[in-house]
Amino acid sequence: MNSAPHIIQIALGAASSWQVKTVSERAADALSSNIWESIAYMAVALAAVGLLITFLGLSLIYVERKLAAHFQCRLGPMRVGPHGIFQTLADTIKLLVKEDIIPQEADKPMHLLAPFLCLAVPVLILGVVPYSPMTQIADVNIGVLFVTAVGGFGVMGILLGGWSSNNKWSMLGAMRAGAQIISYEVSATLALLVVVLFAGTMSLAGIVESQQQGWWIWRAHGVGIVAFIVYVIASTAEINRTPFDIPEGESELTAGFHTEYSGLRFSFFFLAEFINMFVVAALTSTLFLGGWMPFHIGEWEAFNGVMDLVPPGVWFVGKSSFIIFVIMWFRWTFPRLRVDQLMHLEWKVLLPIGLINLLAAALLVLRHLYFFPAA
Amino acid sequence: MTVTIRTLNELLQPSHLPAHPLATQEYFVNMGPQHPISHGSLRLVLRLDGETVKEVIPVPGFVHRGVEKMCESLTPRQIVPYTDRLDYLSAFMNNWAITRVVETAAGIESNERIETIRTLMSELQRIQSHALWWGVTGMDLGAFTAFLYGFREREVISEIFEETVGARLTMNYIQPGGVMYDIHPNFVKRVKDVMAYMKPIIDEYDTLLSGNVILQERCRNIGILSPEKAIALGCTGPVLRASGVPYDLRKMENYGVYNKVDFNVVVGAVGDCWDRYYVRMQEMRESIRIVEQLIDSIPEGPTMTLRYNLPIEMPEGTYYSQVETARGVFGAFLVAEGKSEKPYPLHFRSPNYNNLWSVTALAPGWRVADIIAILSSLDLVIPDIDR
Repeated sequence: MNSAPHIIQIALGAASSWQVKTVSERAADALSSNIWESIAYMAVALAAVGLLITFLGLSLIYVERKLAAHFQCRLGPMRVGPHGIFQTLADTIKLLVKEDIIPQEADKPMHLLAPFLCLAVPVLILGVVPYSPMTQIADVNIGVLFVTAVGGFGVMGILLGGWSSNNKWSMLGAMRAGAQIISYEVSATLALLVVVLFAGTMSLAGIVESQQQGWWIWRAHGVGIVAFIVYVIASTAEINRTPFDIPEGESELTAGFHTEYSGLRFSFFFLAEFINMFVVAALTSTLFLGGWMPFHIGEWEAFNGVMDLVPPGVWFVGKSSFIIFVIMWFRWTFPRLRVDQLMHLEWKVLLPIGLINLLAAALLVLRHLYFFPAA
Repeated sequence: MTVTIRTLNELLQPSHLPAHPLATQEYFVNMGPQHPISHGSLRLVLRLDGETVKEVIPVPGFVHRGVEKMCESLTPRQIVPYTDRLDYLSAFMNNWAITRVVETAAGIESNERIETIRTLMSELQRIQSHALWWGVTGMDLGAFTAFLYGFREREVISEIFEETVGARLTMNYIQPGGVMYDIHPNFVKRVKDVMAYMKPIIDEYDTLLSGNVILQERCRNIGILSPEKAIALGCTGPVLRASGVPYDLRKMENYGVYNKVDFNVVVGAVGDCWDRYYVRMQEMRESIRIVEQLIDSIPEGPTMTLRYNLPIEMPEGTYYSQVETARGVFGAFLVAEGKSEKPYPLHFRSPNYNNLWSVTALAPGWRVADIIAILSSLDLVIPDIDR
């Protein structure tokens, strides 16, 4: 592990290059010499993702409930543990021991498969997110493409769940989700492409490193902030959060595509929603807010040195938490849109803005018209 | 005029079968009796084409308790608590309706103090009912936070009622000949405090929800009810007034002490969901005005003019009386035989029943999500429909 020199470098503000040696690279290197070492690395990666999901599930659900409570002038969970911090754990145990009901008329294999498909998507994306210079499971060289492709796969689980439940309300929810997720993916991808243009790479670690002189949200002369807003709106819609929670539509469709799910399988959908929220926050901060990169301004060595005193992991967690807070804030403030209004917003508002923004970004990159262009 | 009566089974046939295997087909879904929107047990059968609503068939009757039949074997004083259980958010006004009809029939005099207390309680409850409605509408449209804000204000007013009446929901307070108890010594001060607290709160409601672009999009020009149609369907209360008909019994019937206070009848211009929404918001403000004008000058006098142990004698005849509840006109029709003090029979005209059927005229052509907005703008209380 070569982490110690890194920390010293960061503290001194002398970091000029950031090296990432991911677990997948270590596993690949070890493969030629010792296969067991390679397997051990993969096991470590699996365990790490598993632990991360457990931690995220428990903490995000608790945070959501507490935040909602304080938005609504109440206390939220208070009984299980100090300030109710073990409430999610208690609820998880309750969900685990509940009876798993499958409707008689349901398409059984598909009904059983859908929740796993839904959860698989955020788990796969978690593997490519750079959490800090030292922490990343696999640095895929086409990271952005990978994220988009895998993210698009998520709609399968929802469609399958709604279809196989054999319930008209679930079916309505699933169809709404299908239309919504596929539509908003277009805008989200256009916003991602802006950053890819500026960074000149698709690797997520590469994109973070390209922001060493400043985050793309402000370095790109307005184009970055437009892309950021479009991406946050589009990905809020992609993960079915209020004001875009039309597929679930509590008061309309009871629970939409997961009406017929109970116990563990319901909790998979539920968990997927929260992990998805973290994934969106992590990607937003990676692409637009510099990921683990501290707040740097060009070549201001002294300023950058002070900023480097805060470890990169803390920067990443802080930025992601902020985005998560904003998404939760949306949920507890806004009413829900209607299906056709949702489509109107995507195809007639966000998509033209995204396209024009991408064009403008291309021009700016071509003319090197952004702060601190690379030589 | 002929009336065709179709059974539910006949209504639940698709209007056409698809001509081609790939053509779309209409289908039916049950919205309720167990559905978050029904706020109770109301069954609506929707005939849908995709997400577009072709027809709404209300199927009420899940909370039918036979209240009117039971009332035939009860004395007027025993009927009063039954009216609490109809529209439980307008319990005072329902009490008042049965009280008024009995007082008209038996020629019971009341006094200024009694009428002022009745008016005050009714207006406080109107504010409470509309505050709760506002919260529930927010929740129906997806803004869950509004729901708890609405309940917060409901709680404040419930505490006033609890102090004087001893109950929070089923009041049994306004009785033939007066009111059950005199007002609590704290009543005047507390009401003043709450009114001072409520005024900025309604502005806060506007800030949180009314001005929200999503709410406006969901409500404006959705489910337009023309004044002619509203009158033909027998709609009353804020639903009728939102269509532009200034029909308010508080002005027209001249009961209570409404003729002594200055207040406006709020009317809408278009008759869409937004007008129904905003008429209620303004009615809360008007009710606060009424309460503020009355609270300082509650006259002295007895709060009950009848002795409890004496039967109420109603001469033979038919009697009808009505009041304006938070949802519209609540009337009580009573036939007295002159032999006993029990009515023969008693019929209630409830506002929610008529308001419910307006959904059959409003909904066709809109989306499933619009049905939610339309239903919550009608502000239905289900036990009042079924009785």
